[in-house]
Amino acid sequence: MALHGVSMDVEEGRIFSIIGPNGAGKTTIFNCVTGIYRPTKGNIIFRGQEITGRKAHYAAGLGIARTFQNIELFGHLTTMDNLLLGRHIHMKTGVFSGAFFFGKKFPAAREECHHREVVERIIEFLEIEAYRNTFVSALPYGIRKLVELGRALAMEPTLLLLDEPTAGMNQEEKRDMMFWIRDIRDDFKITIVMVEHDMNLVMDISDEVMALNFGVKLVQGTPEEVRNDHQVLEAYLGQD
Amino acid sequence: MDMKRDYYEDIQLCKTSTALVLTIGLFCCLVIIPFVLGDYNLYLLNLIAIHSIVAIGLNILVGYTGQISLGHAGFFAIGAYTGVLLMVKGGIPFPLALILAGFVSSGFGFLLGLPALRLEGPYLAIATLGFGMAVTQIISHLDFAGGHMGLQAPKMSIGPFVADTGVEQYAVIMSVTAIMTVAAINLMKTRVGRALVAIRDSEIAAEAMGVNVLKYKTLAFAISAFYTGVGGALMAFALAHISAGSFNLILSITFLAMIIVGGLGSIMGSILGAALLTYLQIKLQVVQEAPIIGPFLLDVSKRFFTAEGLPNIQSILIGGIMIAIVIFEPLGMRGIYLRFKRYWKMWPF
Repeated sequence: MALHGVSMDVEEGRIFSIIGPNGAGKTTIFNCVTGIYRPTKGNIIFRGQEITGRKAHYAAGLGIARTFQNIELFGHLTTMDNLLLGRHIHMKTGVFSGAFFFGKKFPAAREECHHREVVERIIEFLEIEAYRNTFVSALPYGIRKLVELGRALAMEPTLLLLDEPTAGMNQEEKRDMMFWIRDIRDDFKITIVMVEHDMNLVMDISDEVMALNFGVKLVQGTPEEVRNDHQVLEAYLGQD
Repeated sequence: MDMKRDYYEDIQLCKTSTALVLTIGLFCCLVIIPFVLGDYNLYLLNLIAIHSIVAIGLNILVGYTGQISLGHAGFFAIGAYTGVLLMVKGGIPFPLALILAGFVSSGFGFLLGLPALRLEGPYLAIATLGFGMAVTQIISHLDFAGGHMGLQAPKMSIGPFVADTGVEQYAVIMSVTAIMTVAAINLMKTRVGRALVAIRDSEIAAEAMGVNVLKYKTLAFAISAFYTGVGGALMAFALAHISAGSFNLILSITFLAMIIVGGLGSIMGSILGAALLTYLQIKLQVVQEAPIIGPFLLDVSKRFFTAEGLPNIQSILIGGIMIAIVIFEPLGMRGIYLRFKRYWKMWPF
């Protein structure tokens, strides 16, 4: 069993971090919330709505966006197109309107232009203008992480799940990412749940932290409380 | 360098002035051609156009969405028979019959797409293969479809206009091809096309973006089958006669070869591949008429192979060319085009 009796509440407008050693079940929580896994027991409630066991695209439609631990981008598309896929739920163009448009006035063309403008603002926010028309498979790792974050932002979610946003980044990139995560909460008013291994980052920006081990919740509280909890220290450093 | 001023320029048909000039040039060529070429060459162009429609349809499924199909001859047959039967037995006018042929085929595409949702790679290949073979078998035993004898197709007609001559047939087929090509280009640039490519590149991420993967996979089958069905109906009218035996496995594989040789995930590649393979198949049938090399090949064939004559050489040459293209340019003919374009941009440096 990957998760056992874990219960958590995330308040709107906060940064909530999940920590724990490898295999603790952190990503499993994300997969349950986004509908990729179906929990055998328990409920997931998002803004008063029961979403347990719903399909993944349904959760996306409600405003739950996520990034992946091992970047899941659309490699054969450009940065722009990747971000435009984040706009998928906000667009309406179907097969016929998409196939037959001949000029700016057609609804499909108008919609496309409008959403390209929206995406442009996110590209600007993340400072990835230089890579706008590059195929993402050709981008360096750190930039791909950013594109994935941008793609999630393009969905205009209310809840953003970040799975190890700074994994594999150097110190400078990590610091930038930290500022961005804060900005996302403050400027975009997006609630953030984050799985992260970098303790400095977690302690710096989280409003609340939950520690897991072997699928069981150890402790939940402010960064300060979690840092000093003896169970957490045990899980990370081993028993004395 | 072309500066962009407007987001519409990202999705318009001709993105640069060069592309616009080339498109207009191509259009003019297509208009002038029937007055220059003879009926035989027009017939060849018709076949290329029809195969292009099918290749585009197949590429939407295989190249863009990443699903394999070895059964497209089945959709081709369904389109051909629906088109002819609707006109002959139903008395439905040609344009409507053509569109309905597409939709009937598309319906079968949808049905085949449902079980295909659970299958991937080689398993999907076998399932679609079974579909293609079953369709041919069923049609060849249907009484009202003429059984093994096949059906005689009426002439294409739009209102009082009847496409009697080669030029008129060419006009009808080329117009349909042009419309369907533009539609496919547009479709692949907007929301639906992007969702299909997303499914190919990462199903899990597509789902996380809110793309209903099940819906879009079936949709890809339906769109692909629509194109193939329209192609089939046009083929029936172009050949004036159809029989179930010609819609065989080899045809399905030839369609697949067209898009791989032309370039997966590219509309232009589909057309290039369809043009090359159709041209080769027709022209290599008369390879003995080529100067010097013709008699030599015929001689080789007669001396070394048990079955005398041309079929050996024809298949060997087509096979050889296909292998060469795939080895030297994995992106297919589109890759060759892209290389040429890059070179041309830098010219003369």
